[in-house]
Amino acid sequence: MTRTSEWTPESVDAALSLVDGPLTVLAALQAVQEQVGHVPDEAIPVIAARCNASRADVYGVLTFYSDLRTSSAAETQVRVCLGEACQSVGARELHQSATRLASPQVDVGHVYCLGNCALGPSAEVDGRVVGRVTPGRLASIVGESAG
Amino acid sequence: MTTVYVPADTSAVSVGADEVAAALHRALPEATIVRTGTRGMLWREPLVEVDTDRGRVGYGNVGVEDVPTLADVIVVGGPHPLRVGLIEDEPWLAGQQRWIFERVGVIPPLDPEAFEAHGGLAGLRGALALPPSQVIDIVTGSGLRGRGGAGFPTGLKWRTVADTESDLRYVVVNADEGDSGTFADRILMEGDPFTLIEGMAIAGFAAGATEGYVYVRSEYPAAVAALRAAVDVARAQGWLGSDVLGSGVSFDVRIRVGAGSYVCGEETAMLESLEGRRGIVRAKPPLPAVAGLFGRPTVINNVLTLAAVPSILARGAERYAELGVGRSRGTQVFQLAGNVARGGAVEVPFGISLRELIEEFGGGTLSGRPIGAVQVGGPLGAYLPPEALDVPTDYEAVAAAGGMLGHGGIVVFDDMVDMAAQARFAMSFCAEESCGKCTPCRIGSTRGVEVIDRICSGDNREANVGVLLDLCEVMRDGSLCAMGGLTPQPVVSALTRWPAHFGLPEREHAS
Repeated sequence: MTRTSEWTPESVDAALSLVDGPLTVLAALQAVQEQVGHVPDEAIPVIAARCNASRADVYGVLTFYSDLRTSSAAETQVRVCLGEACQSVGARELHQSATRLASPQVDVGHVYCLGNCALGPSAEVDGRVVGRVTPGRLASIVGESAG
Repeated sequence: MTTVYVPADTSAVSVGADEVAAALHRALPEATIVRTGTRGMLWREPLVEVDTDRGRVGYGNVGVEDVPTLADVIVVGGPHPLRVGLIEDEPWLAGQQRWIFERVGVIPPLDPEAFEAHGGLAGLRGALALPPSQVIDIVTGSGLRGRGGAGFPTGLKWRTVADTESDLRYVVVNADEGDSGTFADRILMEGDPFTLIEGMAIAGFAAGATEGYVYVRSEYPAAVAALRAAVDVARAQGWLGSDVLGSGVSFDVRIRVGAGSYVCGEETAMLESLEGRRGIVRAKPPLPAVAGLFGRPTVINNVLTLAAVPSILARGAERYAELGVGRSRGTQVFQLAGNVARGGAVEVPFGISLRELIEEFGGGTLSGRPIGAVQVGGPLGAYLPPEALDVPTDYEAVAAAGGMLGHGGIVVFDDMVDMAAQARFAMSFCAEESCGKCTPCRIGSTRGVEVIDRICSGDNREANVGVLLDLCEVMRDGSLCAMGGLTPQPVVSALTRWPAHFGLPEREHAS
């Protein structure tokens, strides 16, 4: 999620060559983000050309999906689940306290449902789901993760 | 030496299963540690099972600190405070009837031999020995209906696809399980992905489709990894490819990952997303069964629908159809979530009441307080008050009670819940996740948040309640899909059943 490799036109091409099946705009964007860590502006015309789409089409898809990002992510990604099941066991309070962990190194956001609805409240730190999490425990996990 | 089973399911791992597995490995280097899916008893996770000559013995809620004493018990025997007993006799599990979840938590998810040894492929083999049309008749006869929420008869959908002229047809699995309170698809994909692939192959054979896609949400990385690995194994085993099980039938599967959009769980938005575009809802007709993915006839089914099919073919449609009530036949994997003491996945025949599920399986609230409200069917489902929980879980009966069974997710709240906040959340969720195509949903949801704020702050309360109800009517009747069309359900149910939470006098707005 936090790959920081430099973007080159070759890396975009290399990413696109990994797509299995029809090369759609979304699949291309996901492949580039997987490779580069985000979708750099310069990748848009390359993807447009390869997918026989307009740059506006590519930009439209890029801005529709919340997973896709146009700049590199902070080192540590925290997402607190704000689905109803987690709300019923204190997710709003957890999210509120988590926002205080945000820093240039730590992004704090929310997600609607991690599928851990029986063991909420839940959060995700760098892709790892933690269940039955308290504000204190989340802070210590984020502290370890952010080093 | 002993075999010890530790789930690798995301929920189990979220409460420490990986650390427990590693500690067991250090304490018992001779033992075989097998990682499985979860039994669905999520409240007991991490649930460690130990092979004995009488069957698997379970130990619940195992922490790393319990591993030294547990390791001693595994080696020399004796009692342990975390011992659950023989796992198959555990009342919570023994009270279920598992068709879809038959192998989940039992076998290592990616072991083809274990899959076959536990009954896998019997359904596909049986199907391939019949004419495709007869396979559709069997599915129709089982009474199976779509488990994604709409409850459309599966056999009828397959028949439509099979009867539509085309040189290419598709099977698409909707694995965009975005509803809060639902996780059965995830548990199945992580714990027994071959069953989904088997169900897809049966659907492909029956409907004459040669290509399948699974659209799985990006919030489920473990499910994505399990599916990708399972497809590779299935190809290597000859279960997929140009000659499925030596039958000459061609069928292959690709995995596609979503990108963080709730509305892509709506089937036509999902097709747009699969085709690589923004997840904007399509107008129907044409139905996807006639013109779906890339314009071709497409079977779109939920994970649980397709995962039910192999066992229906293997065990018999009549046996399946004997289960359930009314027009809701067979079993459903209900998911107990939220503020519930014993949360997890419960597969039982339709007809059990919500109260039995919540109180007998679920053990009431986690907080120990009285139940305040229950939301059934995801973020677009109505909130039911505790006195309305005797309704049987049957698509039609729940609808008649003003609710929606949906995907079988049941979210419990205790009596501290603020229903005005829940209603506001429903509108703000819709505003955030609306695809933007139709006006009632795109604009109505934002106006809805504002009106609820005005009501709650006491600003011209009575008139604004009228505005809100009017707005909800427009959203319900004027939206293109369920996102805008059903968001009024949680809002109106909260407003009419809990008026005091909005600062309104009791009962005045009961409709």
